[in-house]
Amino acid sequence: MATQNLLQAIHDGLAEEMRSDETVMVLGEDVGKAGGVFRVTDGLQAEFGETRVMDTPLAESLIVGAAIGLSVNGMKPVAEIQFADFIPPAFDQIVSEAARFYYRSNGAWEVPMTIRAPYGVVPGGALYHSQSVEAYFCNTPGLRVLAPSFPADAKGMLKSAIRDPNPVLFLEHKMTYRLIKQDVQEDDFDVPIDKAKVHREGTDITVVAYGLILHHALEAAEKMEGEHGISVEVVEPMSLYPLDKETVLASAKKTGKVLVASEANISGSVSGEIAAVVADGAFEWLDAPVRRLGAPDSPAAPYAKPLMERFVVGKEDVEAAMLDLARY
Amino acid sequence: MAMERTRVRHEELGLDGPDLIRLYRGMLLTRRTDERSWTLNRQGKAAFVVSCQGQEAAQIGAATHLRPGYDYIYPYYRDLGITLVVGMTPRDQFLSILGKAEDPSGGGRQMPGHFSKRDLNIVTSSAPIGVQYPQAAGTALAFKMRDEDGVVLTGGGEASTSGGDWHEAMNMAGIHDLPVIFLIQNNAYAISVPAEKQVAGSIAKRAEGYGFPGVEVDGNDVLAVYEAAKEAFERARRGEGPTLIEAKTYRMRAHSSDDDDRRYRESAEIEEWRLKDPIPRFENYLEEHGIMDAAQRESIDEEIKAEVREASDYAEAADYADPESISRGVYAGGN
Repeated sequence: MATQNLLQAIHDGLAEEMRSDETVMVLGEDVGKAGGVFRVTDGLQAEFGETRVMDTPLAESLIVGAAIGLSVNGMKPVAEIQFADFIPPAFDQIVSEAARFYYRSNGAWEVPMTIRAPYGVVPGGALYHSQSVEAYFCNTPGLRVLAPSFPADAKGMLKSAIRDPNPVLFLEHKMTYRLIKQDVQEDDFDVPIDKAKVHREGTDITVVAYGLILHHALEAAEKMEGEHGISVEVVEPMSLYPLDKETVLASAKKTGKVLVASEANISGSVSGEIAAVVADGAFEWLDAPVRRLGAPDSPAAPYAKPLMERFVVGKEDVEAAMLDLARY
Repeated sequence: MAMERTRVRHEELGLDGPDLIRLYRGMLLTRRTDERSWTLNRQGKAAFVVSCQGQEAAQIGAATHLRPGYDYIYPYYRDLGITLVVGMTPRDQFLSILGKAEDPSGGGRQMPGHFSKRDLNIVTSSAPIGVQYPQAAGTALAFKMRDEDGVVLTGGGEASTSGGDWHEAMNMAGIHDLPVIFLIQNNAYAISVPAEKQVAGSIAKRAEGYGFPGVEVDGNDVLAVYEAAKEAFERARRGEGPTLIEAKTYRMRAHSSDDDDRRYRESAEIEEWRLKDPIPRFENYLEEHGIMDAAQRESIDEEIKAEVREASDYAEAADYADPESISRGVYAGGN
C-alpha cells in the first residue's frame, strides 16, 4: 500500500497494464516527453518508446479514429483527449463509430479502446478547460462512460476499461488529480466496470454524486450526522453509462429521499437520468421529490473568480441541499 | 508509338490471359450484381440500393492486389467490386440489400453498402463520409508497430476528401510512412454537386503536401488502375509508406435508389460517359488482343447471370432476424 493521489494512481494503472500487455499503448497530444499536460503519462515514453507512447498531431477525430483502427488490428489503445472540452471533433468517431462497431457488424468487430479525458472546473480553466461533457455521451448504447472519483477505484477501473472489449470513455476530474489521496494497492487488481459503490451507509437521505462533488458530499455527510443527526447514504455511480440502476434504487428505497449532485449543467444531465430512474423505480418508497443539484444552465465555468464561484456547486450548496431534503 | 505500347500493356504488367479474364470476370460480376440489386429495388423488395456502376475498373484494378484476410479494407458504400474481389459474394450483397439475418455485414441492421466481414478484414463501415480514414491510418500503424507487411486499402468518392478526417489521416500517414493506400474514386458527383464545386485544384496533387506520392489515373481503364495500385501496394509492403490514387471515373447511375439525377445532370453527359463504360472498353481490349472472343464473353456472362440469379433467389427465401434480437450485441462480452 502506498498513499497516492488520483493522478499517480491512474499513471500506475496505465503503466502496469502496459508492462503486462504489450498491445496496450497510449496516444494523444503531448503524452510523450511532456508526459501529458497533467503528467498522467509521465515517464511512459521513456519506458515504452515513442511508438507505444505516441505524440499525435493536434486532431481529436484522428486520435480517436486511429485508436479505433489500432483496436481492430490487435492493439488496446488508450487515447488521451487533453481536455474533455476538446472532445467534440471526435464525437463522430466515438458515438457513431466506436460505440456502434460491435452492434452494426452484428458482433463481428470489437473495439477494445479506452479514451481518457480530464473534465471539470479548475480555477482559471474558464469556458474551454472546465466542461463536464458526460451527458453528451450518456445517450449512446455501445459506449461505456466511467467517472470514478477515488484513486484506488480509478486505478482498478482503468485496468478494467483497458481489458474490456468495448469502447470506454474514462473521465477524470482534474480538480481532484492532486487533491484526493488514498492508500492504493500496488499489486494487480481491477474494479467492476459496471457497478455503483455505496461509500457510506445511511438511513435518512441518499446522495448520488460523482467527481469533486462526491467528495463534498462525503464531507457534508459527516457534518450532517454530527451537527444535525441526519444519517446520509452516499452512492457513487462509477459507471455513468450504462447505469447500475439496482444499487441506486436499493438505496432510494432504503432512505426514501434522494439528492443527485454533480458539477454538470442540470438540464439534460446524467443527474436527470438518475432522478428519472429513481422516480420510475422507487416511487412508492419516496417521501420527498427527487432533487438535483448542479451548475446553472449557463455554458461553463467563467474565468473570473467570482463568476466561477457562482457557477460551481460548493460544499455549502451540498450541505444546504441535504438539509433541505432531510427536512422535507 | 502509342499503339505499339498499348498492344503490350498487360504483358508489361506481368499479366497473362487468365489474369485478364479474372479481372474481367470481377468487373462483370460486380455489374450484374449491381443491376440485379436495382431490379430487386424496383420490384419493391429492397428498400434501398446504392450503386457502383461505372466504377468497376477502379475497384477491381486496385483490389486485385489485396491479400484477403491479411490486408485490411476500409471500403465506402460504392465499393461492391472491392468486396467481391476479396471474397464476398453476390449472395452476401442480396442478403444485405434485403436485410436478412444471414447478411454478413450486419444481419439486417445496416443499410446496403455498409460492408463488413471479419474474416476478410473488411472493417464495418457507416454513412458519415470520411470517418474511415483515421481508422485506416490506425490499422496501418498497428501493422507497422508489429513490423508486418500488411497493407490497408481505404477510399471514397471525391467529396470524401473535403472533410477534416481525410486530411487528418493523410497527415498521420505521411508523418509515420504508414502502409495505407487512399483510393479516391472521383466519379464527378457528390449526390448532385459536381466535382468542380467540391474540389479545389487536384486531389492527387494534395499528396505532395503530405509528403508522399499521389497519382491520377484513368479510372475507367482497369489496367491503368492495376498499374498504379501495383506500385502503391509494393511501396507500402516495402515499408516506404502511403500512396494516394485518384481514379477519374463517372457515376453512371443516380446516387441511390432514392435519388433522381435528372434534376441536376444532362442525359447527354451520361450518354457521353456510357461510351467510356469500363466494361465494354475492357472487352474491346481483350478481343483486340485475342484474349477473349464474343462466344467466350457470352459464356462468362451466362455463368455470372446464373450465379447472380441463384444468389438472389437464395436471399429472397432467407429469413429476417428475430425482432427481439434488436437489443442483443450492443456490448461485446455479453449484455
